[in-house]
Amino acid sequence: MLTVVVFLPVVAGVLLLATPRLPDAVLRWCLVAVTAVELVLVMVLWADFPGAAGYRFEARVPWMPSIGVSYHVGLDGLALPLVAMTAVLFLACAVYSLRETRRVRAYVALLLFLETTAVGLFAALDLILFFLFFDLSIVGMYFVIAGWGHRDHRRAALQFFLYTFIGSLALLLGFIGLYLAADPHTFDIADLTASRPLDGAPLAGALVLLAVTVGLAIKTPLVPFHTWLPPAHTEAPAAGSALLAGVLLKMGTYGFVRIAMPVLPAAWRQYTVVFVVVGVVSVLYGALVALAQTDFKRMIAYTSVNHMGYIALAIGTAGIIAGNDAQARQLAVTGAVTQMVSHGLITGALFLLAGVFYDRARTYDMSSYSGLAGTAPRFAGLTAVGAFASLGLPGFSGFIAEFQIFTGSLGAQPVATALAVLGILVTAALFLLALQRVFLGQQRLPAYVPTFGDLRVAEFVAVAPLLSLALLIGVLPRFLLDTIERGAGAVVELVAR
Amino acid sequence: MNVSTLTTVFAQGPVEAPAIDFAAVAPILIVFGGACLGVLVEAFFPRHTRWTWQVVLALLSIGTAGLAFGLYLREFTNPTTTLADRLAVDRPALFLWGTLIALALAAVLLIADRTIEPGGSFVAQAAVRAGSVQDHALNIAPGGTGPAGMRTEIFPLTLFALGGMMVFTAANDLLTMFIALEVLSLPLYLMCGLARRRRLLSQEAAVKYFLLGAFASAFFLYGLALLYGYAGSVKLTDIATATTAGDRSDTLLFVGLGLLVVGLMFKASVGPFHAWTPDVYQGAPTPVTAFMAACTKVAAFGAIVRVFHVAFQASSWEWRGVLWAIAIASMAIGAVLGLTQTDIKRMIAYSSIAHAGFLLVGALALTEEGRSATLFYLLAYGFTTLAVFGIISLVRDADGEATHLSQWAGLAKRSPVTAWVFTFLLLALAGIPLTSGFIGKFVVFTAAVQDGMAPLVVIALLMSAVAAFFYLRVVVLMFFSDPAPDGPTVTVPGVFTTVAITLGVLVTLLLGVYPAVALDWVGPGLAFAP
Repeated sequence: MLTVVVFLPVVAGVLLLATPRLPDAVLRWCLVAVTAVELVLVMVLWADFPGAAGYRFEARVPWMPSIGVSYHVGLDGLALPLVAMTAVLFLACAVYSLRETRRVRAYVALLLFLETTAVGLFAALDLILFFLFFDLSIVGMYFVIAGWGHRDHRRAALQFFLYTFIGSLALLLGFIGLYLAADPHTFDIADLTASRPLDGAPLAGALVLLAVTVGLAIKTPLVPFHTWLPPAHTEAPAAGSALLAGVLLKMGTYGFVRIAMPVLPAAWRQYTVVFVVVGVVSVLYGALVALAQTDFKRMIAYTSVNHMGYIALAIGTAGIIAGNDAQARQLAVTGAVTQMVSHGLITGALFLLAGVFYDRARTYDMSSYSGLAGTAPRFAGLTAVGAFASLGLPGFSGFIAEFQIFTGSLGAQPVATALAVLGILVTAALFLLALQRVFLGQQRLPAYVPTFGDLRVAEFVAVAPLLSLALLIGVLPRFLLDTIERGAGAVVELVAR
Repeated sequence: MNVSTLTTVFAQGPVEAPAIDFAAVAPILIVFGGACLGVLVEAFFPRHTRWTWQVVLALLSIGTAGLAFGLYLREFTNPTTTLADRLAVDRPALFLWGTLIALALAAVLLIADRTIEPGGSFVAQAAVRAGSVQDHALNIAPGGTGPAGMRTEIFPLTLFALGGMMVFTAANDLLTMFIALEVLSLPLYLMCGLARRRRLLSQEAAVKYFLLGAFASAFFLYGLALLYGYAGSVKLTDIATATTAGDRSDTLLFVGLGLLVVGLMFKASVGPFHAWTPDVYQGAPTPVTAFMAACTKVAAFGAIVRVFHVAFQASSWEWRGVLWAIAIASMAIGAVLGLTQTDIKRMIAYSSIAHAGFLLVGALALTEEGRSATLFYLLAYGFTTLAVFGIISLVRDADGEATHLSQWAGLAKRSPVTAWVFTFLLLALAGIPLTSGFIGKFVVFTAAVQDGMAPLVVIALLMSAVAAFFYLRVVVLMFFSDPAPDGPTVTVPGVFTTVAITLGVLVTLLLGVYPAVALDWVGPGLAFAP
């Protein structure tokens, strides 16, 4: 069942690619249909998800037995919400892309390919399978940026590829280290989690953690490995940046809770303060740099760095055992995973909205615009909702996530948490400033644009559900938290071993 | 010399012919037999029928050799030696034979193609001076019958080279190895100079390859002599015994080993002994480049692995550091200089230098895992690179192959299938998952880390990221650049080339998706003959 969910998109993509003479409109609607079916299947999985901890829907088939690689997939409370978020976001992007006209066939196939890599990565329980999807997502996203981006997109795509490719190679090195340390040699995440092969070897454990961390931190991205992100996000097409921020960044943070924390608990506990520091730096640096941006899309890109910083802070404090009770640690990890889901929805929506600027007036420069709310009220309204959700206003998912992160971290790391809270202040300021500059006041547009049209149906139908879902999670979070808490509880126990 | 020694020399008893395991060496005998028959065909058949005969003969020889190989494989149990210990018949040798036979079959198909370049990629009369009137006349249709046919000696030459390579990978002593080296090299020197187009470049390549190759052979021979002085024998196992005893001159050992290594590295185009590679890859006719790039690499690294693992394992502590440096140099030269290339054949040549570095990392892991990883890498790389050159031969303009990178701009718009296949192959060379290139790098690096070479692997990973850049550059060029108005066209390949390229692509994909088929084969129990 899970295997079907993983491979349905790519199989559909190959079929669409192979079927000759399909009109573009049919292809676009096929994309919507496939992603919708995918979402339905994920909902079926969710409905069937039990109350107990542990993996569900597991499948394990030997793949390369001589080197301990198997096709092993399964979902637990950490993976399922991310898979669901992925399915939702892909559907939204499919709807948004109904207006895509350039090389539609390849575009549809690429998006479906990306969906498989994302779902596959979150479901993977084997390091090589994880790595495979990790690397293929880079290749897929590279083609999306290079082929459908704008302005300086080729350069940005290349930078994105090389940077994250180097990260993936570091990751591979770490995985090889884990494989060799395990006895018998294996790449299986569940087996490695059970055996913790490097807990008795501090130096090797530290080196492997370093390799894995560099790989994941580049993908996440955490300061100082974030420099690929602004150009890649800015030059990618709207749906591409929504997926890049919403789904692909989560591959990094998910890797921490799925691999680094459970498999290397001793090393994690020893170096956990590094993550706290990097997290706080990312929070503040991301927020301050975002504040200084004049380009709307770049600004959102930098708020991603800020939001990922909260996650690093949370998983960092979850490694502090002394003087930090298990409940607080669980709260922090739950908050981190909720933040992954929440950031996927909200930032995905914001990037899709940012695409509207480029679609109408070919620029993201905020100083070119003013008073858009007059002619584009729905656009202004949704952007405002997205901005408030992103800055962590109560009632939205971002608040639930950040509140849990701060509550969980405060006891163990009061100073760091206090500093991180300042990040919210800065994001609030920058979003309000942006809203005020772009949407309020006398209307002003770039000279070559006669009028700024409001959201079209496809754009509205793509964005509104994402924000509604963020609102739903903000008001009634239990359905999500129940699932996440089980996974988070397990991770916290595993780290404390 | 006094009389009594002379008597002992001349008055030996009847010479006992060594026992020959004919079943084991049948593939080699068939290949050499086919080559000899090919020479006779060249001598006795009328010119216009030669191409057909030669192609049939070459394919038949390789096919029969493959059949004999398959039959022997089913009965093969224990590693052994034959021909008075001169040839080792063990799993590594058999694996490499199988690889070489399959690669050579595909290469012969590329060589035999006459649809892409009318009349074939090879010159009709090699002795005609490049650029002369006679030379031009060869390419002009005489009486509407098409350009003059190609030289068909290329087929027996290929078979001779193939036979040499097979002996090279199985040679159990250095002298046999040297003879095999010459048998495989001399035909290759000739084959490089036979291009129909760009004769000067081709002849220059042949001369360069020959001169540098002759030097490398001399190095090898001198190293062999010194090692004989050291161990009193040229047999690999005897040298191994001598190094464990350790009561002999280390100077002889290490100078000998150093010279030997220079010769081997030259053949494998490992930097800094790579200087010939770009010129020869560029100048040689593309099918020959494909044959060289795939098969020579397999043969050379097969021999390198055998020499290191069988003869010098015990002394590895002393020499491995130097080879670390060579591996790093090779990866760096290949990856960094590859970035600056503007000709696609030269670019792939530098890529092959980088890959030689990666292969050397695997060959330096003196464990069973290292051995099997290197062999797997060779299989994977051979097929990928063969298909790459197959594709390169398709992109042409009026002057022959369009190898300048700028001519490849926008290729995806003219021929999407070619562009996608080439992209897949480039991703395989870059080592992206789901291609054989990834699995190859992965097993090699795993084996290297396991054998305590983690720092080297870190450098190798960095270099593969750098190398990924220039593969990607070509992808960008093909997909996202606008085609030049007078750009090249993609020739629709004939059956032969299509089969060869398809084979290469399928193997690349299969080994990437389900590598267990080959990994099991090179897996545990990969012992060398005693």
